This record gives sequence, structure tokens and C-alpha cells, in this order.
Amino acid sequence: MESLSNKRKLIESKPLNFWERAYLPAIASGLATTMKHFFRKPVTISYPEEKREFSENFRGLHSLKRDENGKERCTACGLCALSCPAEAITMIAAERQKGEEHLYREEKYAAVYEINMLRCIFCGLCEEACPKEAIYLDGDIVPADYLRKDFIYGKDKLVEAPLNQ
Amino acid sequence: MKVTIDGIPVEVEAGTTILNAARIIGGDIVPPAMCYYSKLEGSGGKCRTCLVKVSKGSEKDPRPMPKLVASCRTTVMDGMEVQNITSPEVIEARKGIVEMLLINHPLDCPICDQAGECDLQNLGFEHGAEKTRYEFDRRTFEKIDIGDKIQLHMTRCILCYRCVFTADQITDHREHGILNRGDHSEISTYIQKVIDNDFSGNVIDVCPVGALTDKTFRFKNRVWFTKPVEAHRDCDHPGCNGKVTLWYKGEDVLRVTARKDVYGEVEEFICNTCRFDKKKTSDWVIEGPRKVANWSVISANKYDTLKPLPVVKTNPVLVEANKEQFERETRL
Repeated sequence: MESLSNKRKLIESKPLNFWERAYLPAIASGLATTMKHFFRKPVTISYPEEKREFSENFRGLHSLKRDENGKERCTACGLCALSCPAEAITMIAAERQKGEEHLYREEKYAAVYEINMLRCIFCGLCEEACPKEAIYLDGDIVPADYLRKDFIYGKDKLVEAPLNQ
Repeated sequence: MKVTIDGIPVEVEAGTTILNAARIIGGDIVPPAMCYYSKLEGSGGKCRTCLVKVSKGSEKDPRPMPKLVASCRTTVMDGMEVQNITSPEVIEARKGIVEMLLINHPLDCPICDQAGECDLQNLGFEHGAEKTRYEFDRRTFEKIDIGDKIQLHMTRCILCYRCVFTADQITDHREHGILNRGDHSEISTYIQKVIDNDFSGNVIDVCPVGALTDKTFRFKNRVWFTKPVEAHRDCDHPGCNGKVTLWYKGEDVLRVTARKDVYGEVEEFICNTCRFDKKKTSDWVIEGPRKVANWSVISANKYDTLKPLPVVKTNPVLVEANKEQFERETRL
């Protein structure tokens, strides 16, 4: 029966001739394609050693900032923890003692500040809530690890390095 | 006497102030008050946040009052008509008052323990512009310990005199007051004398800002992370009925305060033993969670526990599947 759309094509399957049956030219042309890619720019990168440039508004690992005198800006007001939709942030505040003025900017500071990177969704609300411009999500991608407890980042990992180093 | 506040008529007794008449009506038309405290005799008239416009003096003399009046100190007249939130003039004046109060008050709410239940913070949020126009140095003071449980930070004080009236009226002898005049005024215990009265802790509750704070709670936690629970105990101190609010964080009582009403005023004063020394759940008879207004930051991030649907409860297969959730529900 004639097809209505007339789009049907008949495919002939002829028996292979001698050269085709030998397969060698096909292998050679395949190898040539492979060889061609040796001289091209690779589309992939080898990730941990090489890194792609992040976009300007990329939100990565958090960092707790210091001010121009190297004092910690965070005053443990708890607004980041309050705004956090994933409840990833906890902190314990402490009072600045006499003689610690060069370490902390305000009279109260975060003695313990922890972010659970497994809970964090990198939404950046903590950054927006912070009244002291102390927390920014300007870091890298959070590295992989083996144990859950190692994803709870404390102040040792979050606070910026002191200025003079 | 019949007065009309923002178009709402109310019958009150002679001698009632406009503020109290507005409180009888309740709702949005109640003027805010920083210094007036209904439990303290003689308080009020200092902060000027309760300014209202009297558009009709009385039935006999219908002329309006020439200036805005402090509603906490002005008594009502028959047929008086008062405008509070319906008058743009009052809103503008109140905005100015907030800016005035914030001239010397530091903008350190992230540090202050009072943040979250601070009258001045709420007032600033509602009326004030978010930036200060004041360019000079604010006055600063060293922190003073009033006894070992109360801390006075005069930098934050707005000179409402509430704590002075408390000391005058709740305790039987007075040891602290306001020294100097005008811009130099400061709360002080005369020559740093310790207040050792059994009710001295109440000055913490009456303070509308964070000038007087509880040293046992100092920087322990933020108010909005703690959970308020009503409780009472049989206090053997005469004059203290032991009705308090406990502020829980997890299993621990971090702070004990007196119960406050909708205007932020304590219902009954409590003694220092209840306030500072009884910080175990076993000391108290728990009545239930405290009702917190929806707009308050204290009610933020408190999620209702997921209750299993009725259909789940009747079906044994679903009950088995949701066993873990049922256990969590009963534990809480």
C-alpha cells in the first residue's frame, strides 16, 4: 500500500565488499579521528588541580571577616542563625575581657561559631542578615570529606587569616 | 466621661489619663510609652513618645489644645477628642522624638541583651529613619556593677527614671538615683553603693532599653533563641507571689523574668531569689508556653511539630510506618 505522507525511505542493505569486510580502513579512519583530538584544546579540565573561574556572584565557603585593624568583626548577634533557613549556624557568645581589644571589635564576640556544611544550602541569607559585614560566602566549593563531623566548620576554618601573615 | 480617641468613643472615669483611656480601647491606637509605667506611681512625662493631638478640649470648651500633649500625664475631659495615629502631625513629632532618644543611645543592638524585647528598638523600627543624622560623639560611660547580679551600662540609658521609681516604691529605702542635670544626667548608686534589697532585680524588667541587664544572663544567648515558659513556685518571701516567665534554651533555664503584659509592663514584681537563684526546672511548676505576639522576633523560627493526620492514626499500617514520628511527638 502506498504511504500517505510519501516520506518512507527504503534502505538497501547490500552485502559488504572486500575492503569493507577487511575493517582495516574503518579502524584507520577511527584512529585518525582519535589522533585529531590530541591536537585540539580539551573541553574538560582536571578538577582538583585546575579550577574554572567562578562567576562574580558565586556563593561558596563562608569566611568570617576581620576589620582593617585585624579585629574579628563578628559580634555573635545571632541574626545569621535566625535567618538561616537550613538552621546550619550555631554560636556561643562571650564577653571581651580587658586586653583583648586588639582581637575583637565589639564588647561581645563569638567564642564558638559553627556552620554545618552538610545543612548549608548556600543561599546567602546570613550574608544579607549580618549587620556587621562579618560573614561572606566568598570562598571555594566545600571540599569532600569522609566523616560527617568533619563538615562542621568551626572558627579555625572560617575566620580569615590575620593581616600580618 | 466620654472621650473619643481616633474616632473610637469610650466611657472612662474622671481623672483617667488619655493613655489609660486608649489602653481601655486597646489595639493600634494606644500611644507607645517609654517612661510611663502603670505599676509605678508618678512615672511618665519624661520621654514624650506618647504625644497626642487634642483636637477638641472638652464639651464646654471645644477649642483644641495649642500643642501636642503627653497623653500619660494629661487627664481626660468630658467630650474630649484625641487624635493619635490619625494625625500626621503626631506621627511626625513621634519620629522626631525617636531620633532625639537615639542621639546618645548607641546603635549596638547586635551586642545588646535587650534586643528583641526592647521598646526603643520597636519604636525606632516603626517610626524612625534607619540612619542617624547625629555627627558628634555619643556620650559613653564605663559599665557599673550594681551588686553582683545587675549591670548598669549608662551609655544605653534614655533617662526614663523607671528604675528610680522602682527603687523608690518597691524597695523601702533608696540607694540609687539620677545625678547631675540635663545632658550630664546619669543613673548612679550614690558612690557605687550596692543595692542589696530583695526586690532590686526588678529594675532590670522595668528598664525599657538595655541599660540595666541581668548579669546571670549576660551574653548567654539571644532572646529569640530562647523559649518562654510560664511557671510559678511557692515563694516564701512576703510580697512575691512567684509567678514568672522562664526562658529556656534546650533543657536549661537561662533567665527568669517577671511576666509582662502587652505593653511590656510586668504584672507583678518578683523577688531576687526567684529571679537569680532558681534556675532549675525542678524549682518550678510549669504552667505552659508563654503566648508571644506574632510580629515579635521571639516567635521567629519556632516551628510547630508535625502532627500526624487523623487518617494515619486510624490505620495500623500507617501507624507502623510513622512510628518514629509518633514517638517524637509524644516525647515533645
